[in-house]
Amino acid sequence: MSENADRSAPPTPPTGPFLLRCRPGEAILRLDDHLTRGGFEPVRKALAMDPDAVTDEVKRASLRGRGGAGFPAGVKWGFLPKDNPKPRYLVVNADEGEPGTFKDRYFLERDPFPLLEGVIIASYAIRANVSYIYIRGEFVKQIRVVEDAIRQLYDRGFLGRNVLGTGYSLDVYVHPGAGAYVCGEESALLESIEGKPGRPRNRPPFPAQVGLFGCPTIINNVETMACVPLVLRHGADAFLKMGVPGDGGPKIYCVSGHVKRPGLYEAPMGTNLKRIIFEFAGGTLDDRPILGVIPGGSSTPVLTADELDVAMDFNSMRAKGSMLGSAATVVFTEGTCPVAVLLRISRFYAHESCGQCTPCREGTGWLERVVESIEHGNGRPGDCDLLLSAAGQIQGNTICALGDAAAMPVQSFVTKFRADFERHIAEGRCPHAHG
Amino acid sequence: MALRFSPDNEARFQALLARYPDRRAALIPTLVLANREFGYLSREAMEYVASRLELPESYVLNTATFYTLLRKHPVGRFHIQVCMNVSCYLRGADHLADHLKRVLGIGFGEVTPDGLFSLEGVQCLASCGTAPVIQVNDDYHEDMTVEKVDCLLESLRRQASQADGARPGTGGVP
Ligand SMILES: Cc1cc2nc3c(=O)[nH]c(=O)nc-3n(C[C@H](O)[C@H](O)[C@H](O)COP(=O)(O)O)c2cc1C
Ligand code: SF4
Ligand code: FES
Repeated sequence: MSENADRSAPPTPPTGPFLLRCRPGEAILRLDDHLTRGGFEPVRKALAMDPDAVTDEVKRASLRGRGGAGFPAGVKWGFLPKDNPKPRYLVVNADEGEPGTFKDRYFLERDPFPLLEGVIIASYAIRANVSYIYIRGEFVKQIRVVEDAIRQLYDRGFLGRNVLGTGYSLDVYVHPGAGAYVCGEESALLESIEGKPGRPRNRPPFPAQVGLFGCPTIINNVETMACVPLVLRHGADAFLKMGVPGDGGPKIYCVSGHVKRPGLYEAPMGTNLKRIIFEFAGGTLDDRPILGVIPGGSSTPVLTADELDVAMDFNSMRAKGSMLGSAATVVFTEGTCPVAVLLRISRFYAHESCGQCTPCREGTGWLERVVESIEHGNGRPGDCDLLLSAAGQIQGNTICALGDAAAMPVQSFVTKFRADFERHIAEGRCPHAHG
Repeated sequence: MALRFSPDNEARFQALLARYPDRRAALIPTLVLANREFGYLSREAMEYVASRLELPESYVLNTATFYTLLRKHPVGRFHIQVCMNVSCYLRGADHLADHLKRVLGIGFGEVTPDGLFSLEGVQCLASCGTAPVIQVNDDYHEDMTVEKVDCLLESLRRQASQADGARPGTGGVP
């Protein structure tokens, strides 16, 4: 779109907030309130373009998926087969389940229209006429909010037959989840919509080829969708400049744990982790020294206090040996027992394994039991190496990434806090006062 | 006593059928609806859903057992779910859970003898920034403390003695 931009205008960079625009306590739930703020301009822009040009714009913006894996959204959309006569679907992943993550909820309960703008633009770009928003079942209130926003859009011609008189038709439906973390995995999510247990599918074929109801399907995260109108509004170049090369846009960082001001913070993609913890979140409770930081959701490898000077973008985090994931930063300070923290995480993955592949089903249960025995003073010499090798056997040997998600925290915690694990084993008890 | 959707839920059910090219896709939303209407998914409730969707009972059972919000046993009128995951743990979830167990006299997975409360430890509720959090039926209660829990229990008890017929709500239904 930058080609069409008015070159004579001074290049004033747009200022945010772009994603978290509601002030504390505020919610924008009426369509008119959204429209008076320039809402749906990006949708009008997109509908006046060729669908492929919209996809190209999103590609050039380097918008990487905000659900955890960071796959470039425009590239994914481009994977849809050109010659398949079947209908296509857009599915929005609003299952928000990775521990530490609470960002998608913001749109679902306080600002649903940017998400729905993204849904319309993305559906148009991929030539889908039906889109499902899969919202986790615990989000009862949020389901109502999104349903109500959708109803308003139908009433005013933004959805349904002949969207805004353009001849394009789109139906958007909410589909409720029913309590299963693994359904956040995209192929399990499709199984779940189809009325089955949420067991991930073998790939290939990928959903872009064979997805929902056997049809080509694109799955994107809520925050990814909410970024799409920004690309159209400000243009791919401006969006890219809001982040780092190859990884454009603003980002929502979730901060929780032992910080003074837990919450959501919007900042450019690639914001320094120290700044997020100490400036945005106000530093640690009682200014205690940091023991560890889980940077991107419970599956991402833990960082120690000396590893926090890192840019929070997909590539920088990988280079640091961890992952941006869902940018869910969980901080814990000295005095916390790292074995107890890992136990919560390992218990979670063991509980949520769908049981379909042996390494994950058996391995996650085994990891949980060994971490538990160490924490409860029943660890045996050699348990640390056992944990590392068991985690290594899960990794890369499973149908979906839940296996890796269970293995990575074990590997990182045992490696980085090994002395503490060994002390539990040697003393036959947890040396930390819990509380 | 044959089960049947209320007129409201019957309308919701009919609307669900129109959303999908394959009626099996309406199964989970319909089970959520039945769960809400009948309090939990008894054998009869599942048979009812199977008949309404013209699906084999075994198919319905196979799906229903996979999902934790589709309850196979009755819960209390107020179903209290305490998040036990990492961010809530760091903010004292265990204290809240212990306190609840003590004052209610029940453990996780149990219902008080008067049927008023049930307790469950759950995984991350996507409320980690306002940890610790508990969910009671449809509602989240964030930034919880032992004192706030006591106030909440009191107000729930009051609510129960005043109004009657409130059903435990679990899971959202479009
Ligand atoms: C076990 C597991 C759980 C996941 N949970 C979520 C989730 O809750 N929300 C989400 O958006 N993506 C989740 N993902 C990632 C999705 O599989 C998928 O990559 C994502 O929805 C794609 O959207 P994006 O490209 O916009 O990020 C999960 C992946 C795995 C392996
Ligand atoms: S890795 Fe685990 S969750 Fe994923 S398919 Fe295998 S058993 Fe299921
Ligand atoms: S860990 Fe409790 S809400 Fe996320």
